Amino acid sequence: MPDAVSTGPALLEIRGLDAWYGEAQALRGVDLEVHAGEVVTLVGRNGAGKTTLLRSVMGLHRQVSGSIVFDGTDLAKVPAHRRARMGLGWVQDDRGIYASLTVEENLLLPPVVSDSAWSTEKVYDAFPVLADRRRAPGTTLSGGEQQMLAIARVLRSGARMLLLDEPTEGLAPVIVSRIRDIIHEVRSTGGTVLLIEQNVKFAATVADRHYLLAQGAVVESLDNADFQARQGELLEHLGI
Amino acid sequence: MAMNELLQYTIQGLAAGSFYALAALGLAVIFGVLGVVNFAHGACYMLGAVVAAVLQDTLGLGFWPALLVVPVLLFLFGVVIERLLVRWLVGLDPLYNFLLTFGLTLLLVDLVKRQYGVSGLPYERPEVLTGQIEVGGVGLPIYQLFVFGFSLLICALVWLLMTRTRVGMIVRAATERSDLARALGINVGRWVTPVFGFGIALAGIAGVLAAPFRAITADMGSNFIIILFAVVVIGGLGSIVGAVVAGFLVGLVEAFGQAYAPTYAQIMIFVLMAVVVLVRPAGLFGREEAAR
Repeated sequence: MPDAVSTGPALLEIRGLDAWYGEAQALRGVDLEVHAGEVVTLVGRNGAGKTTLLRSVMGLHRQVSGSIVFDGTDLAKVPAHRRARMGLGWVQDDRGIYASLTVEENLLLPPVVSDSAWSTEKVYDAFPVLADRRRAPGTTLSGGEQQMLAIARVLRSGARMLLLDEPTEGLAPVIVSRIRDIIHEVRSTGGTVLLIEQNVKFAATVADRHYLLAQGAVVESLDNADFQARQGELLEHLGI
Repeated sequence: MAMNELLQYTIQGLAAGSFYALAALGLAVIFGVLGVVNFAHGACYMLGAVVAAVLQDTLGLGFWPALLVVPVLLFLFGVVIERLLVRWLVGLDPLYNFLLTFGLTLLLVDLVKRQYGVSGLPYERPEVLTGQIEVGGVGLPIYQLFVFGFSLLICALVWLLMTRTRVGMIVRAATERSDLARALGINVGRWVTPVFGFGIALAGIAGVLAAPFRAITADMGSNFIIILFAVVVIGGLGSIVGAVVAGFLVGLVEAFGQAYAPTYAQIMIFVLMAVVVLVRPAGLFGREEAAR
């Protein structure tokens, strides 16, 4: 299956990406690509540079050099809001739900950027709890519900590629499996996902390929079969 | 007797609070979206009053049209200031924010002094707003009631704008987390200039309302801005509701202070501020994370 989607130009192509926080280098020459229709995870310890990598793709971390090309466009000079409008859907690690916006306003905040956008009805059918709580302030939802809302928000905008920063962190198993279902559905409808995932078992059930990051560099690129075969070794590497 | 006084001072306090509420509202939206604390806000309030007086003197523009024309002029003034100066503050140390906007205050105050002197400009209020109205045997100044009512109306309109429109939703999102709003496809930069102009226009409305009521001098904003910052700290920096509630609250404290303990009137405002900061560092309606 990876072969089928790996042909042709990548949807996201990163070459020689360096990133800094002041003097400290957070990414070192990262090469990475994600093809349309793929689900790819970034695996690595805390501080390996995973979040910096996603933030750099989104345009939220600007102290970078190297190239990030999305859908044939070099993103170097593209501001974050235009990257979102090009189809990058951002779900940050703390879910980024607005306290001063209602659940529904959180959902409707991003502009619709493509035909594949979910309608509000579809979102409410898929996540009935959001419909029930639509008038409540966003942050009155539980952690799991906020994660649903954060993902639903970018699906409603029609993002073609989801950037998910640890979507399952700290959530109950029932919510984690719900998120797995969503990622499967996104994939089955031709969507693309790049996600950070510390939970190796979860990563193996949703992704086509995996990049292992250590100290700001990609140390391995694995397809899912290799990844599953070496799970024990990887768990040890991650120190979990 | 005591009841009469109570009612009188309450109306007086709410009228004084109206100026604070409107100006603090402007300060709040500007800080929310731009992250800039506009120390020139008192000067903009002064400009509102001075421009109203000058337009009345030169063109015969009355109070009612001034309530519309002056805020529009101040909006345009805000747009120019933001385009020319304020936008350079992005990413700079907050000290530059203070230097620029405080420097602007000095400049505006001295330009007005140079042109119109220090003695104060005359302003005529419309006939219908003069005199008193009897309520339960107490004479209440019609103008104070009008000021309170009008500013409540403006505050309500701003609140509707903020809570019922897409623009308001974007402003709230940008206020709470600007980075995230941009990552969700919102062009926050596009709203910066109009929001700044809007905030200045609100100070301008306060200025026009003050014109028939207060001495119109170049320095009228100097004391105003000091109280205004107490209002903003009490209400919570960046909070819309907080700005309005604290504005009226401070107006009441000021009016009752002046009535019963004139020497302590201003001190009481700052005692109130200190108490609020001790109990709720982010202000009455501020978010805790904003207090970091």
